[in-house]
Amino acid sequence: MRELHPINFVALIGRAFLAFLATAGRLVLFATEGVSHIFRPPFYWRLIWRQMVDIGYYSLPVVGMTGLFAGMVLALQSYTGFARFSAEGAVATVVVLSMTRELGPVLAGLMVAGRIGASMAAELGTMRVTEQIDALTTLSTNPFKYLVAPRLLAAVTMMPLLVLVADIIGVFGGYVVSVYKLDFNAPNYLKRTWEFLEFQDVFSGLVKASVFGFLVTLMGCYQGYNSARGAQGVGAATTNAVVSSSILILIFNYIITELFFSK
Amino acid sequence: MSGAATQPVIELTEVYKAFGPKKVLNGVNLTVGERESVVIIGGSGTGKSVTLKCILGLLQPDSGSIKVDGEEVTTIGQGRDRDRINAKFGMLFQGAALFDSLRVWENVAFGLIQGRGMGREEAREKAIEKMAQVGLGRDVLDRFPAELSGGMQKRVGLARAIAADPEIIFFDEPTTGLDPIMSDVINDLIVECVKVVGCSALSITHDMASARKIANRIAMLYQGKIIWAGPADQIDRSGNDHVDQFIHGRAEGPIQMQVRAL
Ligand SMILES: Nc1ncnc2c1ncn2[C@@H]1O[C@H](COP(=O)(O)OP(=O)(O)OP(=O)(O)O)[C@@H](O)[C@H]1O
Ligand SMILES: [Mg+2]
Repeated sequence: MRELHPINFVALIGRAFLAFLATAGRLVLFATEGVSHIFRPPFYWRLIWRQMVDIGYYSLPVVGMTGLFAGMVLALQSYTGFARFSAEGAVATVVVLSMTRELGPVLAGLMVAGRIGASMAAELGTMRVTEQIDALTTLSTNPFKYLVAPRLLAAVTMMPLLVLVADIIGVFGGYVVSVYKLDFNAPNYLKRTWEFLEFQDVFSGLVKASVFGFLVTLMGCYQGYNSARGAQGVGAATTNAVVSSSILILIFNYIITELFFSK
Repeated sequence: MSGAATQPVIELTEVYKAFGPKKVLNGVNLTVGERESVVIIGGSGTGKSVTLKCILGLLQPDSGSIKVDGEEVTTIGQGRDRDRINAKFGMLFQGAALFDSLRVWENVAFGLIQGRGMGREEAREKAIEKMAQVGLGRDVLDRFPAELSGGMQKRVGLARAIAADPEIIFFDEPTTGLDPIMSDVINDLIVECVKVVGCSALSITHDMASARKIANRIAMLYQGKIIWAGPADQIDRSGNDHVDQFIHGRAEGPIQMQVRAL
């Protein structure tokens, strides 16, 4: 075994850092290419529409369920927690702020990463491995325009709508638990829900949603497009897409929160 | 070599390509003249498909020059110029490479609809016509590629390659996986493309009967180089031991297969 000399150790870190920079650079180039094709004709409306339906409509059940139970558990947790210092009145406000600012976008983003990011990586990876992406090029069709741009556009526009639905369902879940289980007064609870809610709270959540949609699609497409050969390559691409986009979601969640709310 | 007076439509000069330490193309020189049908033969894994992909711009050669209609294409990148060059090409992939999310007719009409902006109705009619040429009826039009047999997929790939009436067609093993009769139909189709329609063709095949039928000229790729090229009717008198061994399919000879006895 080679001795772990300090110089070797530094070299190891250096190599890892260089590899990271190279990947980040490739990712930025990939994203730039993909985004630029959103704005350059021809536009594949049919494909954009299909992706919108897939991302927006077919994700509704899973995102709705996540929102519902997140809202319900929020109400329960904050009630039992706040009861310790007699602040049960704040439950409605806590539920609506947590849902719109944080849980709505983050949970929806993570669910979509599992659903959409994985399927994009698998689909594009299979297309790469079976030479369908090469075939596109030979048929005078740019793979970025045909495959990447419609997905990016659909995700960026549909994710805010999905998150808005998740927010509403989540608040509703909190309402149900508070009113029917914790015996809150219904009109009072609703009043408290609206009272401290600001435009900024909802808006920041929707911006997050859009960014998360972009990240999930970008990682799904990037990993699939650059998939190694064979079934194993496609499997690895799928895993990498979900893991990397989940981590990116959490990192960007912090950054966007910082931008909106730190003063 | 080719004896063509006019400028070749495809000209490869000293093309090198390696994947990591593995050298695949070691200075390939090859020309395809106008209205000429050239067939590349050679052992499995010698880089025939890689040669085609270099011409199509799907792989970037490490060095050397590739000219299409006199225009250097190794340096034009992936932008509009590449699209303009690729609009002249039709390609049949070895594994057919059909779009599995699209129906059969949409596959065949893909280049017409996406590349040329033709209307869907008109493109569908054209697809029906091209599919008839490869012996596929209307009953498969609305199926998906995964529902077809391997040979049928190959023929759909062939129909897709010729659908947009390309000037230069590349066939990567057009008859592999087809029965002998259907192979001959496809051979006739390729001959017709060159003789009647006036295309140039560059094909790869392991099937010597097919090679003799469709080729004006045959080139043999061995260890990354074209070791012999000449008119198809002279292949039996090539005077090259490697070629002789290959066309007669003998295990003994200068070409040693990398197999170990059990
Ligand atoms: N994308 C790639 N990455 C790494 N190696 C590759 C790649 N494409 C081809 N190769 C290697 O290049 C060599 C030539 O491959 P190629 O597909 O051109 O063979 P071929 O002559 O078409 O063989 P066959 O008759 O079996 O189709 C093979 O050894 C293959 O492993
Ligand atoms: Mg091959």
